[in-house]
Amino acid sequence: MATSFKKELLLGHHNFGTGVIRAGTGADSFKAALYLATASMGAASTVYSVTNEVSGSGYTAGGVAVTFATPPNATGTTAFVTPSANIVFSGVTLTTSFDAVLLYNSTQGNKAVSVHTFTAQTITAGTLTLTMPVNDASTGLLRLV
Amino acid sequence: MAEIFTTLGMVEESTLVKTEGTTENENETTQWQEWRKDGVIVKREVQMQLKQGVFMPAEASL
Repeated sequence: MATSFKKELLLGHHNFGTGVIRAGTGADSFKAALYLATASMGAASTVYSVTNEVSGSGYTAGGVAVTFATPPNATGTTAFVTPSANIVFSGVTLTTSFDAVLLYNSTQGNKAVSVHTFTAQTITAGTLTLTMPVNDASTGLLRLV
Repeated sequence: MAEIFTTLGMVEESTLVKTEGTTENENETTQWQEWRKDGVIVKREVQMQLKQGVFMPAEASL
């Protein structure tokens, strides 16, 4: 498979079926939402849902915006892209443990992109900072290998 | 003297008991801090370094 094709998938260049009407060539907008440890988040998650999303002081349903200032890239045979800024939930109180963040496309009907799970946490009158991995073919947040 | 935001509002940090720790596994390194007043957590923060994202094997058959 052409590595260029993998990168172009991340750029939305190909459509083998009925696609979406894009408003322009600009990048879509993405968001990150947190989910309770009791939820079953994973590859079967198809769209953002408020069901089992965390709730608490300072947290807005739908989560926070995710910044992709660096476009998809490819190294070797792997295409990859990673948010260019940390995902930060500031000044929140989330007393029910959560262990997953859903990355989703808020431009395209809130369709799910990926689920990232971690050790269950709570936050009290504080900030959760998710620091992104190195944006390369080995560790990038989203990779087509 | 520094005040920090807690469930009790702004509180002088020196009046609280602070504990902190680090956990690590193959996916993340997590640092956390807790501040307690009379044994009750009044503030907890987490910084999580994601070590790696997710990948999808992209293969083409003949």
